[in-house]
Amino acid sequence: MNRIVKFIVLDIFRNKIILSYTILMSALSWGVFSLEDNSTKGVLTLLNLILLNVPLVSIVFSSIYLYNSSEFIELLLSQPIRRKKIWLSLFVGLQTSLILAFLLGAGIPILVYAPINYSFILILIGVVITAVFVSIAFFSSIYTRDKTKGIGIAILLWLFFALLFDGLLLFLLFQFSEYPIEVPMMFVSALSPIDLSRIMILLQLDVSAMMGYTGAVFRQFFGTRIGIYITFAVLMLWIFIPFYFSLRKFKKKDL
Amino acid sequence: MRLRAIVFLFLLTFKLSAKTVWVGKMGVKTIKEALSKAVAFDTVYVPYGIYKEGNLVVNKPVCLLGINQPVLDGQKKFEVLSIRASDVKVNGFKVQHSGFGTLEDPGAIKLYNAHRVEVSNNELEDNFFGIYVQYGTNCVVKNNKIKAYGTEEQQIGNGIHCWKSDSLQIIGNQISGHRDGIYFEFVTHSIIWRNISKKNIRYGLHFMFSNNDAYIGNVFKENGAGVAVMFTKGVTMINNVFEENWGDASYGLLLKEISDSYVFGNKFIHNTAGVYMEGTNRIHFEYNVLEYNGWGLKMQANCMDNELLENNFVANTFDISTNGTLVLNIFTGNYWDKYEGYDLNRDGTGDIPYHPLSLFSVIVENYPSAMLLYRSIMVSLLDHSEKIMPTLTPDNFVDNTPSMHAIKR
Repeated sequence: MNRIVKFIVLDIFRNKIILSYTILMSALSWGVFSLEDNSTKGVLTLLNLILLNVPLVSIVFSSIYLYNSSEFIELLLSQPIRRKKIWLSLFVGLQTSLILAFLLGAGIPILVYAPINYSFILILIGVVITAVFVSIAFFSSIYTRDKTKGIGIAILLWLFFALLFDGLLLFLLFQFSEYPIEVPMMFVSALSPIDLSRIMILLQLDVSAMMGYTGAVFRQFFGTRIGIYITFAVLMLWIFIPFYFSLRKFKKKDL
Repeated sequence: MRLRAIVFLFLLTFKLSAKTVWVGKMGVKTIKEALSKAVAFDTVYVPYGIYKEGNLVVNKPVCLLGINQPVLDGQKKFEVLSIRASDVKVNGFKVQHSGFGTLEDPGAIKLYNAHRVEVSNNELEDNFFGIYVQYGTNCVVKNNKIKAYGTEEQQIGNGIHCWKSDSLQIIGNQISGHRDGIYFEFVTHSIIWRNISKKNIRYGLHFMFSNNDAYIGNVFKENGAGVAVMFTKGVTMINNVFEENWGDASYGLLLKEISDSYVFGNKFIHNTAGVYMEGTNRIHFEYNVLEYNGWGLKMQANCMDNELLENNFVANTFDISTNGTLVLNIFTGNYWDKYEGYDLNRDGTGDIPYHPLSLFSVIVENYPSAMLLYRSIMVSLLDHSEKIMPTLTPDNFVDNTPSMHAIKR
């Protein structure tokens, strides 16, 4: 398995897109931090950029890569290797290279500029978000054979999590504003990994406005150590569940 | 002329005739005895010791001087020092453990209808009320350290409590752990200068029906609800610092039903809401710094004719929020760190007007749970489209000449 992973990682790093992704993230992060005089503000700006760009690149790149390597997968399948191993190697390979690209691009400037207690959580969020969206890409691309359709779905999924979900949440908020919806809202927000990570970082950073009654409810949950662990556990589920289903499908799929 | 000189000389001898009365080895045994022995304008010296004499009443103009901080203990039963005469001076005591009573309001040092009294350099610890001024004029409360350990609003009084008084000077005191640090009700023409009021249960400074007062250079920090100035006109607030007032209903400065006042050069840092204005009219709000607050300025729609000039709004989550669409206030030349405009002619003033009210702050005002979506991409999109074309937020909520640089003074 290690050899396949190594091969995939090397193959991806020869890819120009991943190189430009690294450069983009790096340019964005250095740019943000050198333009903002206030590094906490820089962290917030960068958070938005990370939550927008990282999922998009992760999900689209992974889908395209999976479709493009269908012949390679078929070749591997003709060898005496277990299907699970192949799929897992692809998963690990893609994860490693994208996470590495993120760390090289955004991780270094974050470590240099951001206050130490924020930098780790920001980097962690970037890594986890990458992992989640790679996993979602695996899930979406295994269920459609057609490449165009598959990439379309990937982009739609990104759009949904990055934008539409929040709109939906806002809509729910307006509809049910007469009810004590703070706690249910917390559970609904767990349905989007992007929202979940955003809230987690915000409670570390920007606690001021989160105060007030609603803020207190969120803080009681997200702000505590247990809350952070639970949030992370949910994010881990977001990594494993889509991949698990894609793996189950891949094992039985007639390629 | 000669007569006047004679009268003056007579008065001089009268003044010079004032004696000193010592408590302790060199004189009488108790302070009570000393006070009854002393005549007007005598000085009573009290050397160090712990005096548990119940309620001490000062009913003639004497100077009470503590040497090496003698301790007056109220044993949790008595009001310690009741001053019922004018021209009294109390200096250098430690007053502790006053009694508790919600009907009598016993204080460590309480002034009844007294004028020109000076209470200075005392240390007050664990009292119900600290220094209580009632119907006082021209009194000075200076350099006292007032400390209590209150946990509940009902169980503790105020640090410096002033009621129906005039021309007071509250200077350089340090107050902590009381219900309100400094409390003013029906107090006029007074000054509160360079006090530090922190960690009080309710307000650092509580101000009601007190016209024409000034508070300058004070620090209000970590109080339960910040500072409240209410139902008053003609208040001057200069160079104060309002810091770290956190909590649900906590404000750096609450201005409720205030008019014709002047807020200048204050700093509001790390508060849930820096300034909260409700029913505030004709206020000049100038050169203030609002930094790192949840809400820099919460201005309810019932505020009118206020002028906000050259303030700095930096790193607040929301610079401004309001609850309605009516705007009758003027914003001029403020610095907003969220301003994204440009300055082509380089005169330091932004060329396009700035709308400080973001759509999201209006949404949060109406639906607090929407805070969950703070800083999401959806919300930034909404905010930006609203900035370009204000439809839901009042379009006259605007600073036409935003400053490009933080205003330095």
